[in-house]
Amino acid sequence: MSARGNGHAKILMTGNEAIAEGAIRAGCRFYAGYPITPQNELTAYMARHMPQEGRVFIQAESELAAVNMVFGASATGVRAMTSSSSPGISLKQEGISYLAGCRLPAVIVNIMRGGPGLGNIAPSQADYFQATKGGGHGDYHSIVLAPASVEEAYRTMFDAFDLADTYRTPVMVLGDGMLGQMMEPLILEKGPVRQHAKTWALTGCRGRKPNIVRSLFLKEGVLEALNLQLQKKYKAIQQKEQRWEELLVEDASVILVAYGGMARIVKEAVRGLRAGHKKIGFIRPISLWPFPVKAFRRPGKKSVKYLVVEMSYGQMVEDVRLAVECRAPVEFFGRSGGGIPTEEEILKKLHTMS
Amino acid sequence: MEKIYSRPRSLRENPTHYCPGCGHGIAHKLVAQVVDELDIREKVIAIAPVGCAVIAYDYWDFDCSEAAHGRALAVATAIKRLRPENVVFTYQGDGDLAAIGTNETIHAANRGENLTVIFINNAVYGMTGGQMAPTTLLGQKTATTPRGRVAQEGLPLKISELLAGLGGVKYVERVSMHAPAEVLKAKRALTQAFQNQIDGVGFSLVEILSPCPTYWGKSPQKSAEWIRDVMIKEFPLGRIK
Ligand code: SF4
Repeated sequence: MSARGNGHAKILMTGNEAIAEGAIRAGCRFYAGYPITPQNELTAYMARHMPQEGRVFIQAESELAAVNMVFGASATGVRAMTSSSSPGISLKQEGISYLAGCRLPAVIVNIMRGGPGLGNIAPSQADYFQATKGGGHGDYHSIVLAPASVEEAYRTMFDAFDLADTYRTPVMVLGDGMLGQMMEPLILEKGPVRQHAKTWALTGCRGRKPNIVRSLFLKEGVLEALNLQLQKKYKAIQQKEQRWEELLVEDASVILVAYGGMARIVKEAVRGLRAGHKKIGFIRPISLWPFPVKAFRRPGKKSVKYLVVEMSYGQMVEDVRLAVECRAPVEFFGRSGGGIPTEEEILKKLHTMS
Repeated sequence: MEKIYSRPRSLRENPTHYCPGCGHGIAHKLVAQVVDELDIREKVIAIAPVGCAVIAYDYWDFDCSEAAHGRALAVATAIKRLRPENVVFTYQGDGDLAAIGTNETIHAANRGENLTVIFINNAVYGMTGGQMAPTTLLGQKTATTPRGRVAQEGLPLKISELLAGLGGVKYVERVSMHAPAEVLKAKRALTQAFQNQIDGVGFSLVEILSPCPTYWGKSPQKSAEWIRDVMIKEFPLGRIK
């Protein structure tokens, strides 16, 4: 364990490695993946360390096989995970829909790159719609968490596995190439690992009735009833699991909104503006689904404007507009396909809003 | 009086939804008998396919999972790796195993996963309405080869022979459902394929030629004769590996 930190001293890690280490410490027993840039360090880390810990690592023949292996692993009741980057995540949508339909917990990491198509390997946030609105077929959501630092990426894995088990649902950890590749110091503190009873797991039917893992329900009314149960679960998640960070919003006349790696740049801009006595605030959604609407709904708040900044041409901004319910103007600035909005560009956009 | 024949413990009392003369019902019963005889019902984890046997878990009385179309061997791989003490098998049709799932099939086989694979070859897609399967014979009429399959649409895919060439594969046998003596041979092959897994031998596959009277447009009797006189010429029976 020494090469991977003793839980007290600071060590340097890339975001990809920190995610892998966080997963291992959160009790991930099964990992399957397929090579794709910019998340390869994650798979390589798992290949090195999972077998050492007596866990299962498989390099799958495809993204499809990897996510379906995770489906099988999860069906046995263990914590299971796969990771990829945008084009690979598109392939995994089949499996994610089945995981949601079969009520199986799993963690899927997407270290986003430029798209559409093969795109490029530059950081991007253009998979927001795919991640938060379902992605695969059918009426479902995955919980989506977007850490903004290496240390937070590590900690997020404990939360991700716990949410997956608590709600029996796929959880996506959404990062970008910047977060995956950058190195930062962190302390590998052990997060909480709760045990969840999994009476539904496939273990062989000794001493009990057979368990069946399925999403197919042909009899009239059965699927609708199960889908209504899913919706009830999603409502509960939306009530209880909104996560965000905010800074200096109370007296702000403009609030900048960004998530993940983009939020780092935006936060710096906000700090600089405050130093110049500008009334600028900052909201960073951490759970992208459920979207933290509570952060945008404050009774009695005086008039405020929002500026949403993304490495996309406007995806999260739609959720901000829905959360704000037309009570405030919402402006947008974004670039994608390799371009990362700079502090200068953000300031320029702000200027046009005053 | 001694009871010498009864429903296997591993088979539920539900009547099946299969058409008259379909091979699935017999294959399900054989699997259940073998599971009983090897006394592994409480250890078995089955993966049902997408196809006519999609609700096989309504008939078998042991732990089962569904899998997305073609992905049964990816699902099974993970289960067996995590639970080597269990007996894990997939039950897949020709479309599932040899068209949409060819990649998962070949790579699970090539990794030599210690799994049992039951491959139902009826040369047609049953559940979706009788379309061409990878194993459809040349000249055979289906919903999507209305003039009969021609070579440009692919020759009947001999996936068992193909898999037998892989180092990870330990046992492959092709059997048939067209006559009682053949059904007995099928049962012996299934027993072998399960015993191999219990003994840790490795990837074992039994291909079963199985009648689909509905989409062959033949009576159950004529379907059995068609396997005997036509299908077996393309897919010869016996041990392949
Ligand atoms: S369509 Fe064919 S394979 Fe399907 S149940 Fe009927 S006879 Fe059997």
